[in-house]
Amino acid sequence: MIPVCRLEDLPEGGSVRIDTAPPIAVFHADGELYAIDDTCTHQDASLSEGWLEGCLVECPLHEASFDLRTGRPTCLPARRPVRTHRVTVEDGVVHVHPAAEEGTAA
Amino acid sequence: MRTVTVVGASLAGLYAARELRAQGFDGRLVIVGEESHRPYDRPPLSKDFLLGKAGEDQLALSDVDETLELGAEWMFGVRARGLDARGRTVLLEGGRTVSTDGVVIATGASARRLPGPALTGVHTLRTLDDARSLRAELLRGPRRVVVIGGGFIGAETASSCAALGHSVTVVEAAPLPLLPQLGPEMAAVCAGLHARGGVELVTGVGVAALRGDSAVHGVELADGRVLPADVVVVGIGAVPNTGWLAGSTLALHDGVLCDDGCVTALPQVVAVGDVARVGGARAEHWTSATAQPRVAVRNLLAGHAVETVRPMPYFWSDQYGSRIQFAGRRKDGDQVRVVEGAVEDGSFLALYERAGVTTAALAVDRPRPFTRVRRELARGEARPVVRSVAEPVAL
Repeated sequence: MIPVCRLEDLPEGGSVRIDTAPPIAVFHADGELYAIDDTCTHQDASLSEGWLEGCLVECPLHEASFDLRTGRPTCLPARRPVRTHRVTVEDGVVHVHPAAEEGTAA
Repeated sequence: MRTVTVVGASLAGLYAARELRAQGFDGRLVIVGEESHRPYDRPPLSKDFLLGKAGEDQLALSDVDETLELGAEWMFGVRARGLDARGRTVLLEGGRTVSTDGVVIATGASARRLPGPALTGVHTLRTLDDARSLRAELLRGPRRVVVIGGGFIGAETASSCAALGHSVTVVEAAPLPLLPQLGPEMAAVCAGLHARGGVELVTGVGVAALRGDSAVHGVELADGRVLPADVVVVGIGAVPNTGWLAGSTLALHDGVLCDDGCVTALPQVVAVGDVARVGGARAEHWTSATAQPRVAVRNLLAGHAVETVRPMPYFWSDQYGSRIQFAGRRKDGDQVRVVEGAVEDGSFLALYERAGVTTAALAVDRPRPFTRVRRELARGEARPVVRSVAEPVAL
């Protein structure tokens, strides 16, 4: 379990990148908190800097789009999903629970 | 339409094949590729691949599952030699032919080379085989590398060579690299990146000749200077691969001439990607190669142009640890304003403006605001961003 930031520091539409290996991006989108692997599965770009629209984040480099709920790409050029991670808020602090390697446990 | 032949098995060809199936074509699909490799992505070749950060498996554009789903007949390592006058037969090297009802021309472009005999140590960087060969040479110990041409390929290759510990000089014939793409102010900013990477930039002088008997040992400039070199990378642009279409009825002039919908004078022949001159312009951008096939295939299956393609030009480059992104249609005389960040900090968003309207945007390491402007430009809604820091760039 990794503390990320205080909830008030992650407003709706915001994102935070945490320097895990591999890095994880946490989003406050559509009224929910989501965490996915930060690196686009198509080419090296940070999804935390991507464009949010509802539950979708668009890669800032080539417009691949991922569903924050499942990690699945919704359009090319990405073909492989990113891993998703569980997010909790405890005492006003956002925490990420990194998923085990492989799989997309929520 | 019972058979469609896609000539070219790179980015645009693969996207065309995907679109054919996605748009309901269930006939025979033949894909002819001159290279012996399955479709792969070229942008990493000058960057992560050259640096050894990405292997060949990471270049693949498709996987086994998709290949099976496409249900295509792939021919790799086979060069197309011709298209008959009616566009109904594709001739292959070795005398084979493919009878077809539709053709997607996606033969791309080839690296332009310098005249003169071939010398060991002289490379281009366009294909996987090019990149393999350059990488093998760079791994043999410190080299003096001269990159001819300061465009994106040249700059990225120089950046990678410097990161690998080689001594690098870039030669650019124009007063500044990337001048036509970025305009003088921002071209100067990007030219400054070379110094940051420890790379010498020589501008405003052309190359007279390469020196060497069998292996290159120097680059002679038009002003008489000779730059010693063990490795020379020639990055002076690309020529569309239209030679095989000589003798067909298609009009060729710096590419295959198409209408705004990628359709040639033969309605059952469309062209996409680097080889296509669509509506009067040829674009060698990754995004054109991925955007055109959808429209081209729609028009091919409809039998005439029912849709046009005019995506907002967009390109990016990674060099010396900076990510450069550009979108829009800049013209000479547009005013440039930095609206976020600062040029000195190496992270900024600049807008090009004409008569109060944003025409294009350039960002260095500012992906999020850049994406916002790119989307606005694509929707035709971009307006100048008024901010207190907005000042014309003084350089």
